Amino acid sequence: MTESSFLATPVSVLQQMLRDRSVSSVELTEAFLERIAASNEALNAVVTVCEEQALEQAREADAAIGQGELRSLTGIPMLHKDIFCTQGVRTTCGSRMLENFIPAYDATVVTKMKAEGAIMLGKCNMDEFAMGSSNETSYFGTVKNPWNLNCVPGGSSGGSAAAVAAGMAPLVTGTDTGGSIRQPASLCGLTGLKPTYGRVSRLGIIAFASSLDQAGPMARTAEDCAIALTAMSGIDPGDSTSADVPVPDFHGSLDIRIDGLRIGLPREYFNDGLDSAVRERVMATLAELEKAGAVLVDIDLPHSHYAIATYYVIAPAEASANLARYDGVRFGYRCEAPQDLEDLYLRSRSEGFGEEVQRRILVGTYALSAGFYDAYFNKAQQVRRVITEDFHRAFEQVDIIAGPAAPGVAFPFGAKQQDPVAMYMEDIYTLAVNLAGLPGLSAPAGLIDGMPVGIQLIGKPFDEQTILNTAHRLQTDTDFHLAQPDQRGFMS
Amino acid sequence: MSVTPSDIEKVALLARLAIAETDLPDVTERFARVLALVNELNTIDTKGVVPMSNPHDMEQRLRADSVTRTNDRDALMATAPAQQDGYFLVPKVID
Repeated sequence: MTESSFLATPVSVLQQMLRDRSVSSVELTEAFLERIAASNEALNAVVTVCEEQALEQAREADAAIGQGELRSLTGIPMLHKDIFCTQGVRTTCGSRMLENFIPAYDATVVTKMKAEGAIMLGKCNMDEFAMGSSNETSYFGTVKNPWNLNCVPGGSSGGSAAAVAAGMAPLVTGTDTGGSIRQPASLCGLTGLKPTYGRVSRLGIIAFASSLDQAGPMARTAEDCAIALTAMSGIDPGDSTSADVPVPDFHGSLDIRIDGLRIGLPREYFNDGLDSAVRERVMATLAELEKAGAVLVDIDLPHSHYAIATYYVIAPAEASANLARYDGVRFGYRCEAPQDLEDLYLRSRSEGFGEEVQRRILVGTYALSAGFYDAYFNKAQQVRRVITEDFHRAFEQVDIIAGPAAPGVAFPFGAKQQDPVAMYMEDIYTLAVNLAGLPGLSAPAGLIDGMPVGIQLIGKPFDEQTILNTAHRLQTDTDFHLAQPDQRGFMS
Repeated sequence: MSVTPSDIEKVALLARLAIAETDLPDVTERFARVLALVNELNTIDTKGVVPMSNPHDMEQRLRADSVTRTNDRDALMATAPAQQDGYFLVPKVID
């Protein structure tokens, strides 16, 4: 196998190659590091490369393999979104505020993947504090979509998505507060999974909206996501919202038999507002699942319309509280020559945060302020319950729910930057899943004029297995997930 | 509910954000667009609905109040923007 060919090889195959010694972890690590070096100037997907550390970890992995000690990710190179704290390695969260922040500890996800033998190649660019759907809010510059360098990769895990699409790593982590794994996975032609709220520990993930944030894997296949999800999941004493539920072996339990699986199609997702080309791809993909024995059922999620208003109160409100910690005193950016403490706070925050982050802090502060709390925050939390109950009722009739992952394919830079509300609409099909705490997956559903688009599969709480099984079946029967961008676009 | 530049100034102060005078009209206009979006919430009746703060209605788990690890003071102080003798430095608060 030539070097460049394993850059597009799934984790499940790389595992086998490492096991039968047809490739070493050092060889893999060197090859992916070379790809990063050759393509990052064009794509800007990676903000920090950990070359020496990665090669050291790869040598240790090869030694472990030599002794027959193989864990689920031993020797597999990967990248983390730069929202995960990494001990001794700069963690910016895409913000000037944390440009020089070096955490004193690892996020639990990082610890767990390291313990499973994964090699950390570096950290991925992202929208500032994960607030954005295009990666245009990053202090470290926009990430280019490997499929078309004039287009966004999606966001907020845009660097992570672009990295896998460009062959910089076979596996990356992302986080998803309102669609930040699923929408970039859709725009870059990947499989990305947002687990059930509580499935994965949030310890060491820089907080955006604590009741919505979840970390998850992004890779080429559902099978790879299953491998990574098993490694990432589990209760953590350091996160009191992590769930005390058993973690299945998602990979070992993969089952492609979906005969009789009932897939719900919400009328509200497939109405006249859905782009016709996206509809065509999603329906063609569903037809494949129907051929495999699944049954399509029309369902109603009658309050879907309110998801966006609900989200844009709850997420900013929680963000305004979480981001109050950035005061220029203990860590993070501090302004030059503060006159007094008030000036220190005001200027450190105004200079350290970008426009979108400041807008959300303002909206959140407003929604929580005296006189408005009941009308906005309390009201949004009530509507959140109404939206969640819609899903619970639907799941009495169906096993999973399917719909689009994003309203369209990747759009050109600047297209939605002037109007925050236009950008917020990018997550119109994903937000409700976070509000209800459900698992959601985006899998490639083919191309529209050469650009990828995804189908979203939504599962019952803690039933990631069924959506993984369904996507795995799709990827057994079709080759949508094998489409790749033309490398000439981004290789120097 | 409409929003004025002076409303934005008040909220900005609560959030400890400084907005330049020249940016205020733009910030207000974009804030108003977001507010118009979320005002949609006024069109749904939620009488008697219990607010939801955790999607699984989970209770906060409490752990035993015992020491599990100690702070690595040097590592934590290393990220401070200004420090001296193990203290965070801030501008003088009281004369």
